[in-house]
Amino acid sequence: MTRQTILNDAHRKLGARMVDFGGWEMPVNYGSQIDEHHVVRSSVGMFDVSHMTVVDIHGPQAKLFLQYLLANDVAKLTRQGKALYSCMLNESAGIIDDLIVYFLDDENYRLVVNASTREKDLAWIEEQAKSFDVSVSERSQLAMIAVQGPKARQKVCPILPERLGLSAAEIKPFSACWFGEWFVGRTGYTGEDGFEIMLPEDKAEGFWNQLIQVGVKPCGLGARDTLRLEAGMNLYGQDMDENQNPLESGLAWTVAWQPNDREFIGRAALDAIKKQGLNSKFVGLLLEEKGVLRGHQPVVLDDGSVGEITSGGYSPTMARSIALARVPASIGETCKIDMRGKLKEATVVKPCFVRQGEIQIDV
Amino acid sequence: MSNTPDDRKYADSHEWALLEADGNVRVGISDHAQELLGDLVFVELPEAGQSVGKGDECSVVESVKAASDIYSPVTGEIIAINDALEDSPEAINESAYEDGWIFIVKPTDTSELDELLDADGYQNLIEDE
Repeated sequence: MTRQTILNDAHRKLGARMVDFGGWEMPVNYGSQIDEHHVVRSSVGMFDVSHMTVVDIHGPQAKLFLQYLLANDVAKLTRQGKALYSCMLNESAGIIDDLIVYFLDDENYRLVVNASTREKDLAWIEEQAKSFDVSVSERSQLAMIAVQGPKARQKVCPILPERLGLSAAEIKPFSACWFGEWFVGRTGYTGEDGFEIMLPEDKAEGFWNQLIQVGVKPCGLGARDTLRLEAGMNLYGQDMDENQNPLESGLAWTVAWQPNDREFIGRAALDAIKKQGLNSKFVGLLLEEKGVLRGHQPVVLDDGSVGEITSGGYSPTMARSIALARVPASIGETCKIDMRGKLKEATVVKPCFVRQGEIQIDV
Repeated sequence: MSNTPDDRKYADSHEWALLEADGNVRVGISDHAQELLGDLVFVELPEAGQSVGKGDECSVVESVKAASDIYSPVTGEIIAINDALEDSPEAINESAYEDGWIFIVKPTDTSELDELLDADGYQNLIEDE
């Protein structure tokens, strides 16, 4: 049974093409995916991300629990509302999911985890929580709308409930504010400024329509994917899963090794992997020929060894094809991609192609 | 709703084939196919002069979503390709049946067209999908 978000009717009225996405019926586009992509880079667009899972952690040991559960360290969160990106690992350091954690106060944190991993995440979190004085509650009655782009703040703040609009205008990137059930994080998955707004389901369609009225363009998951790919942001299930650790997924920066005595799940395995040294590398690729890079295409190195594209696609901002790939550590500055039997030339680059509307690599 | 002109035939792999006054067959993909693929970003054209058999893959269209093979609906020789698609693959999205044509085949046997679906047959096919 495919699940629907509270905005399903609104998408259909707008003529969205709906697809199954991890068990949810979601809009892939409302017309041209490329137009939707450009509007987020140059102005402002919005995405229904109500399928994502919101989990509140409450209790006297909330901080201790999350310091054990997550590879990044919530002790870094000292200012109320501050957010942190982290992986949640299993004992062998495989990535169960990637998530954002918001610090509300010492006894309250909010996690936003992926939709496709909802059941296993909740089961894992509840199992681990048994040894701590905390409660775990999923907030499935919250809708979530991501408003992204350079004009996001100027469009959103005036139409938020009054007091929230004032605080939302003040918050710094990667921080949140809230009022009642409304929660506004200055976070996103596009490489642009913007907000992710959680709100009660019964307010969602009204707010969505208000956003349309002030000129925010609805965008589908198709554009969301090309935007995050250009921003070099990993997609769970594609760029990493339980068979990979953060070090081989370009996410070493999200692992908090200090303090040395913080025991988090997966730390022992991760320590051993680090000591042994990595034989793979997570890179960005820029196709030098015509065509479109796709996930699972083989990456052939000069020395004959082979890696794999984890996600690839067309970059509307660069009008070129780009990809994220896991490759042998011996990779040089160029490589060949096996595209449907033909070897095509690609350049190896840092996996961050576009941020804040600006191309980050030499094209 | 996709539109399906009745002046031409359709393959179940979503190509259209239009028999022109000079006896050649112009080929493209249906409006339904372009809608499913989403924005097209790259077209790998066949070469003029190339011989093709009915059902041979001879071109690739790539969209933001996926790559899709284009099969020749008839046997013959490719006598023209739509070079404009190299720079403007979006012509297929904007005008699948006119500006978005992909290649022209000089057919060895036009009766092969009889084996393809007519507009009604194709419309039924895509409604069943």
